[in-house]
Amino acid sequence: MRRTLSESDSQALLATYGVRFAPEELVGDPDSAVVAAEGFGYPVAAKLCGENIAHKTERGLVRLSLRSAHEVRAAVGELLSAALPDDRATGVLVAPMIRGDRELIAGIATDPQFGPTVMLGVGGVMAEAVADVSVRLAPITQLDAAEMIEELRSQALIAAFRGEPPVDRDALIEVLLSLSDAATATEGATVVSADINPLIICGGVPVPVDALVEQQERR
Amino acid sequence: MSVARTHERYRALFEPRGVVVAGASTHPGKFGFVSLHNILACGYRGDVFATNRDGSTVLGVDCLRSLSELPEGVADLIFVCTPKSVNAELLRVAASKGFAPPSSPPPDTGEAGEQGRRDERELVALAEDLGILLVGPNGQGVVSTPASLCAQIVAPYPPAGSIGVASQSGNFVSSFLNWSCATGVGISRAVSAGNAVATSVPDFLDFYSQDPETSVALAYMEGIEDGRSVAATFSRVAAVKPLVVLKGGATAGGARAAAGHTGSLATDDRTFTGVCAQSGATRASTAEEAFEAAATFATQPLPAGNRVAVLTTAGGWGVVTADAIVRHRDLELATLPDDLRDAIDELLPPRWSRSNPIDLAGGETRDTVPEVLRLVAEHEEVDAVVHLGLGIQANQARMMREGGYYGVEGEDTNGIQRIVAYHERQDARFAEAAAELSMATGKPILTATELAMAFPGNAGPTAVRAAGRVCYQSADRAVTALVHLVRRARFLQRRAS
Repeated sequence: MRRTLSESDSQALLATYGVRFAPEELVGDPDSAVVAAEGFGYPVAAKLCGENIAHKTERGLVRLSLRSAHEVRAAVGELLSAALPDDRATGVLVAPMIRGDRELIAGIATDPQFGPTVMLGVGGVMAEAVADVSVRLAPITQLDAAEMIEELRSQALIAAFRGEPPVDRDALIEVLLSLSDAATATEGATVVSADINPLIICGGVPVPVDALVEQQERR
Repeated sequence: MSVARTHERYRALFEPRGVVVAGASTHPGKFGFVSLHNILACGYRGDVFATNRDGSTVLGVDCLRSLSELPEGVADLIFVCTPKSVNAELLRVAASKGFAPPSSPPPDTGEAGEQGRRDERELVALAEDLGILLVGPNGQGVVSTPASLCAQIVAPYPPAGSIGVASQSGNFVSSFLNWSCATGVGISRAVSAGNAVATSVPDFLDFYSQDPETSVALAYMEGIEDGRSVAATFSRVAAVKPLVVLKGGATAGGARAAAGHTGSLATDDRTFTGVCAQSGATRASTAEEAFEAAATFATQPLPAGNRVAVLTTAGGWGVVTADAIVRHRDLELATLPDDLRDAIDELLPPRWSRSNPIDLAGGETRDTVPEVLRLVAEHEEVDAVVHLGLGIQANQARMMREGGYYGVEGEDTNGIQRIVAYHERQDARFAEAAAELSMATGKPILTATELAMAFPGNAGPTAVRAAGRVCYQSADRAVTALVHLVRRARFLQRRAS
């Protein structure tokens, strides 16, 4: 039986394997959202969190660049009232806005013939169209991870880019190795797929912002 | 089964003490005739036997009425052309005759349907019990040049060499062997796995990795069932020898159902690319790229780095080749070192390019090409050379030979014969120099000209082939082959440290 975890559970699971996500806080009402936002500093992002929420962007369940307590309170109120029973919403995630011109995607996929794989690609809304992706069988070594980065066609995105320094390869390798650990873990339910999307390059540092994990119980 | 024992069984497939064609036919259109013909015609070194029901003589071979008439211990390979129902009995008799590991590529027993599959499973189990290696069915046979063995139902028989071919499709064995005939770069073993009921492409690749006659493995694969086992085989083989893989069905696999984007981005084709990169296998995207990569591994040294120099006798070729090198990010167009430029200045009039690509611009005299080639190949800041412009003069010589003014050989009334002989000698010399320098420096030197295809008899390409190397039909193909060399060299360097 396959199960898709909520965003916060997805992040929590991957964090146990060493993926360091951008900070965020799960809140249940607009006032706590403001407290969280003030803690991070503005601007912040807010998004509805729940196990069954897909197509968040399309449904307007992600609000970006909220710049004041007033904006946060309004947005969080709207998100909570937009939740449908099927979403199984657990609250709203408030996070500082992570900004960067470059987005990558990293993840785990289970190939029907080759089993668990680790993937790195150019992210963003055009990820599928750009299709600049490298894949390796899990587990991967540090060298495999370095070569996955090298294999991407869009090396211009990895080098210094629009005033930002080059991507911190060691940090990116750490993300891929953590995913490899998650894909090959022998405890708990098997991670059959995982997305770290987006993986925003912020000042050269890859910052995992969001995650979605799909698990299957071991038999 | 132990590795040594397995290896011995496969060795007996490729170097059998003797061969039996079971079901030999008097009809030249039947597999039972063609296979016997090919075994005899290609000069197999061991004894050849045949069986058929009426004990007739086929191609001078007196057929036994049954395998049971065969003396013990004289053959290891049975090429099975008998109707399917006889096979189980055949295997039992073979085992009783002391076939070390008799092996059988039955050409046409693959039957669809439940009954066919059940029979197949029974046959595999029986072969396993008897210690018999079963190849096929629906393969086209086995080639092994160290034994002069062409146990195949199709042509060609390739020149001897060190490329080991294993294919899931018989057609691709033929293709690779035809490429071998065209380039002169030879084959050690070739086998098509057919339906692969008992032995599959990875099994043969494992054998090739241990086979002293084979220096490069070349595989064609389609459907992959046990991916992890295939990946492990690739790793084992590529750790010791170059392994070139052409995979069919590369575009078939699409998105997989998954919650996120990774599932749709990690297509099975990209996964296979990753498997090759991770294991050190060389993935080629076309049949000619696959063969030429294998042939290049078999005949050129691995470069120490990726800095490439281009040597050409005419401008345009050099420019386009430099473009191709720059486009491949695994290669680097070498910056011409000052001392090398000064040294070449001594040999050429000032109109030469004075940069890489090194364009001699028609300034060469009798010994310039080999001399410049030596300076370039020996320079420590050059890792590989692409050599262009071979055979132009010999091509003109051909036109003079055939043009009606050549005259009777030995009566050189127009002075043509002397110049024809000179040009042909020179182009052969240039090709030989390239091969010798490559061996002396341990650096790849790849010679490319479309004359290899347009006029294969040209003295230049002929001498490249005589030196045992590929004369690439275009600079682009030479550059692609070089990319594969550079990638493998890098793979080994990184994993060694």
